[in-house]
Amino acid sequence: MPTAIEFNNISKLYRLGLVSTGTLAHDLKRWWTVSIRRKEDPYLKIGETNDRSTKGDSDYVWALKDIDFKVEQGDVVGIIGKNGAGKSTLLKLLSKVTAPTTGEIHAKGRIGSLLEVGTGFHPEMTGRENIYMNGAILGMTKAEITRKLDEIVDFSGCERYIDTPVKRYSSGMMVRLGFAVAAHLDPEILVVDEVLAVGDAEFQKKAIGKMQDVSKGGGRTVLFVSHNMAAVRNLCKTGIVLHNGSVVFSGTADQAIEKYLSNDRLKDQILDNPAKTHPRLNVQKILINGTSLSSSTLTPTNGTLDVLIEGDAEKISNADASLIFRNNDGAALARFSFSDKRGLLNLNGHFCLSAKIKLPLNMHAGRLKVDIAIHQPNVEFYFVARECCMLEVEGYTPVTGQLQPLSSGLLSLEEE
Amino acid sequence: MTEENWTTVIKPKNRLLEVNIGELWKYKDLIALFIKRNIITQYKQTILGPLWFVVQPALSVVMYMIVFGGIAGIPTDGVPRPLFYLAGTCMWQYFSDCITKTSNTFVDNAAIFGKVYFPRLATPISNVLSNLVRFGIQFGLFLVVYAIYALIGGLAAHFTWYALLFPVLVLMMAGLALGFGILFSSMTTKYRDLQVLFSFGISLWMYATPIVYPLTQTKSMFWKGIPVHKLMCLNPVTPVIETFKYGFLGAGEFVGWRWLIYSFVFMVVLLALGIVVFNRVQKNFMDTV
Repeated sequence: MPTAIEFNNISKLYRLGLVSTGTLAHDLKRWWTVSIRRKEDPYLKIGETNDRSTKGDSDYVWALKDIDFKVEQGDVVGIIGKNGAGKSTLLKLLSKVTAPTTGEIHAKGRIGSLLEVGTGFHPEMTGRENIYMNGAILGMTKAEITRKLDEIVDFSGCERYIDTPVKRYSSGMMVRLGFAVAAHLDPEILVVDEVLAVGDAEFQKKAIGKMQDVSKGGGRTVLFVSHNMAAVRNLCKTGIVLHNGSVVFSGTADQAIEKYLSNDRLKDQILDNPAKTHPRLNVQKILINGTSLSSSTLTPTNGTLDVLIEGDAEKISNADASLIFRNNDGAALARFSFSDKRGLLNLNGHFCLSAKIKLPLNMHAGRLKVDIAIHQPNVEFYFVARECCMLEVEGYTPVTGQLQPLSSGLLSLEEE
Repeated sequence: MTEENWTTVIKPKNRLLEVNIGELWKYKDLIALFIKRNIITQYKQTILGPLWFVVQPALSVVMYMIVFGGIAGIPTDGVPRPLFYLAGTCMWQYFSDCITKTSNTFVDNAAIFGKVYFPRLATPISNVLSNLVRFGIQFGLFLVVYAIYALIGGLAAHFTWYALLFPVLVLMMAGLALGFGILFSSMTTKYRDLQVLFSFGISLWMYATPIVYPLTQTKSMFWKGIPVHKLMCLNPVTPVIETFKYGFLGAGEFVGWRWLIYSFVFMVVLLALGIVVFNRVQKNFMDTV
């Protein structure tokens, strides 16, 4: 397969803090060194790697540093990484919203970007007028849009409202219309950033289906940024993991996801940032599935989830320790409580609570976030860690082979 | 892999004069749609609608008649006051509308520019073109008032051959407004101070241009030995306005081809400079806006 996109040594420098005071001074100094004394830009050297959580000394930061990779034609590439790893910056460079600081990108064919759907919608104009507007902004000609108009309207499912100003639309309808236009752009290279996170389940399915069509028919190339591992696994053939602005892994999508999750595991601990602590309780260790790291994989078919909480307490009586399992949106889906079977706990001195939680076999695939709390029911919270651990549920595969996502609930009910 | 196969090359900086006119042409439909949007959304949900295009200059003319004609007693070259002021405001309004709107290009469109790429120059160009509609209506008002005066009789104003320059004059106004506008918009992305300076600068500028007074008034004035009317003509808008007034009203006297050509050259240079600067800024403005 020929190469469709080539990134050569791409780097992007950003200035942190406010762009106001000192800007003029920096500009003058840069101009003095570069143009008059013919030396290297003084601020390029002092840029630091992009680590969101640690405080740096420099005002400048490399959002991307020496990115170097190729994408083959017809590939669907998932770009994954933590918040601030540089994923969106990479897509912004590719869609020419901003220019790289160094390096070059070469690409073959029209690049269509879906960084946000419905760009340029004007609230006062009707749906139809906005289809034209939005289409033209994305680079379509008027004739092209006219030809595809019926298809677009049909795909959006907003036929009834098409001559109503979009300010009367619900936000979901706006997104549908925006995505419908973008989906009919037919570019050779499609850049997508998390647009699937919006819209209802029916529409998400439609959108994913459309993206699959795009990549399968006609050998188009898709770059897809998402935090939704299930979607990445579903859609993408290859994956790239970004970490602090550099590519740390590139390979198949499955390998990339594995690498990303284990990479995460190297850093964040369950006990990193508890939302609430108490002077009479000191939690020293929490292990989930035998690890103190804040992400792990759940395989329901293997049966159990191990939880261990260890620490010191001073006369805490009638307490309970519980885990709440939430979906990505924070809605609680399930709970586990130590006291359900053992009765309320009395903690004094060193304690060690451990449990094997039995998992239902028919759980859906996706991500669960876990809250851990030690509290005296209805009286006082001693320890709360919100969304401190992330579990990647592999999910069960029904006979049809269609993996069900967590967005359709936690469990599939079984036939008797 | 051979080099010539690439259709898109994204580089850190453009070469100085690399302005992609062909690309802009490809997006001509977008420009047309922007124009349509600007026009139809301007007066949505208003009762008077496009009638505001007429009300605005009418009210300014009444204002000028009271302040400059009545109180200050500035003569208008023998032309009826409403007609004289209308000619001036009509042209000036177009210029100032274009320049104000254009100078905010980056700030106003940051949301769109941040999400998707299209030639940024499409926005200011469509601004200047969509304002032509408003200008057309106001110019129509001017002609109507003119006709009414002519029917009543005893009108001191008359057309001269210079009225045939009208399309060129409008082009020059548009070019000057676009040039100044994109130059300012490029500068305001980083330093917003200029925006403040600019918004009152434009209203001061009007008084440096013979809008509410005839240029002939300054004929006998000198500043350090230099005739004031020559200094005034250094303002590239002055020759355009004066030629317009002389062409349609026969008011005062023609500024001379030399000044008109000066304005034209000024416009061309300004536009070239503006486009080069704009082109440089557009690549990275998202990081500073």
